[in-house]
Amino acid sequence: MKHLQLPKSLKVRVGLAGLGIFILLTIIGPWIAPYDPNYTGFAQNASPSWNHLLGTTIQGQDVLSQLLIGCRSTMVVSFIAGFLATIISIVIGVASGYVGGKADEGLSVLSNVFLAIPGLPLLIVLNSYLPAGQQTNPLVIGSVIALTGWAWGARVLRAQTLSLRDRDFVEAARIIGEKRVRIMFGEIGPNLLPILTSSLLFTILYAVGVYTTLAFLGLTNVSTWNWGTMLYWAQSNNAGLAGEWWWVGPPGIMIALIGTSLALINFGIDEFINPRLRAGGVSAKIRRASGAPRRPRLGLTPVLHKSTEAGSR
Amino acid sequence: MSQVETGKTLLEAKALSRHFIVKGDGGFFSKRKSIAAVEGADVALRAGKILAVVGESGSGKSVLARLLSRIVSPTSGELVLNGETVDLKTQRDLAYASQVQLVLQDPFAAMNPVRRVGHSLERPLLIHGVPEDEISARAHEILESVSLTPPQQFLDRYPHELSGGQLQRINIARALAVKPKVLLADEPISMLDVSVRLGILNLLRSLCDDKNLAIMYITHDIASARYIADEVVVMYAGQMVERSNDTSLINSPQHPYTQLLIASVPDPTKLGAEVVKAPSGGAAAFNLNGCRFSPRCSQALAMCATNEPPMVEVAPGQHAKCWLHASDAQRASVTISNKSKNEMESKNV
Repeated sequence: MKHLQLPKSLKVRVGLAGLGIFILLTIIGPWIAPYDPNYTGFAQNASPSWNHLLGTTIQGQDVLSQLLIGCRSTMVVSFIAGFLATIISIVIGVASGYVGGKADEGLSVLSNVFLAIPGLPLLIVLNSYLPAGQQTNPLVIGSVIALTGWAWGARVLRAQTLSLRDRDFVEAARIIGEKRVRIMFGEIGPNLLPILTSSLLFTILYAVGVYTTLAFLGLTNVSTWNWGTMLYWAQSNNAGLAGEWWWVGPPGIMIALIGTSLALINFGIDEFINPRLRAGGVSAKIRRASGAPRRPRLGLTPVLHKSTEAGSR
Repeated sequence: MSQVETGKTLLEAKALSRHFIVKGDGGFFSKRKSIAAVEGADVALRAGKILAVVGESGSGKSVLARLLSRIVSPTSGELVLNGETVDLKTQRDLAYASQVQLVLQDPFAAMNPVRRVGHSLERPLLIHGVPEDEISARAHEILESVSLTPPQQFLDRYPHELSGGQLQRINIARALAVKPKVLLADEPISMLDVSVRLGILNLLRSLCDDKNLAIMYITHDIASARYIADEVVVMYAGQMVERSNDTSLINSPQHPYTQLLIASVPDPTKLGAEVVKAPSGGAAAFNLNGCRFSPRCSQALAMCATNEPPMVEVAPGQHAKCWLHASDAQRASVTISNKSKNEMESKNV
């Protein structure tokens, strides 16, 4: 793909790098984990040292190993949930926006109901009905989370489809005889891509939060390692009260970091959709060098008179 | 492609009407009103001929084009394609699409912004069953037929990389991809720079002559109609008010609305001349009972407000829908029927 190039925005680069590291950990985490996370023979409650970079738990388990191995479960479930929820929201959102009429009313009611249902209690109920063997299956848990997380994306996609539906290029496609489904996914779909990506990233973020919450409450199988179960064990052993920051802190920081990476990528997508945020295509460095105002005024294309070294790009 | 005889009627509309239901004053309990966007339109599109449809905004020209392309379905009336009546109850099918194509007004909006030009040209070919190994060659051929060379350079571009004139050529190319017999052009030059308008008009003319296409050219610009058209129809408030088999209508307009329309074209040789103005009809700009134009007409008769005028031949091949040109007999019949109606009403009272 000759059009694929590294994004110019620093935010996006940092976000992509962060997400890349997490994906890498997901793949290689279990191999680079120094110890078996279930092994309880180490010194108990040890603070970080060269042997145990993130210390040990009250049971004498290595925290770093738990963190690295727990990455996979968290990421896999969240990504499955994110993708499934996005697929549901595409089908429901685009169809309801494009078809309109009674179908739209029905589908809108459906997504409003799912928006209004408090997600977590529903998840807890659904989760408790899962057969015991299925509670560790990432696909099943991912689907359950997706079921509560698709409605927001569907609303956004419906709104955008509504605005695209009456554009001339859609009519032009109808004139040449395109079928309805083709118009929805072949003509309108690609125009939804930026919003779709942003919706996907937020849904993944939502899934990370929800999965961790479920695990923290002890509602998933607590013997599989993920950041939520780590927090569950830390909490049930009063790690916070005992001042064992190396046990409580890392899982929380990991969750915050993945959230930050996803949000940074989303900023980049915002700039891509709305080029005005990109300061009229002029980078901050060039703007400063040429003495142009820091914030471009809406509707005005910045004109830089002073030619500088940085300006000749 | 089998050559069609020049002048043969390809697509004909008979008394085609389309009413839109709109909410009254927008209030919750307001009554729904029906608005006639197009009413009783009779059009015949002939091979190798360009029919210009002239009218102001809201006169129903664009709706007429959409009715003819069957993107919008008519409320009443019939369509005859190649001598066969089209079943308007069924969905528009590919066969109809391959015969009648529509070019939209805004070339920038009519192209999918995230798809390459090649996509927009290859889709119609694919849909209409051109074998895959021929598609690329056909796409090149179509682009060349609208004078966009070298074709490959355009196929790989995105719409925002091209100018309005180039895009409008591509829009025309897309419509031509399915080898239609009838081309409907909805104000194809109104969004373009003046400098490229003539190019598009000449392109339409040459397509019409070379491929024996029947073209309907919709415009509000009577000068361009005179330049390109073989026949002219003037629309006002959804009705056809004047038509001629040639462009004589533009030289000697008979309907008061057409006269005003032509008088409003700026003429550099008559600088300082007094501008003819139509009395604004106020709220009742459209009269729905009699002649639609009567509230704004400076020559309106008493009967114009209450009786719909007939289409009268005002010159050989030229017809105007106006009481001013109606014969005494025609006027008398209305007066009599009015009288008898009044008598009936008074009796009932």
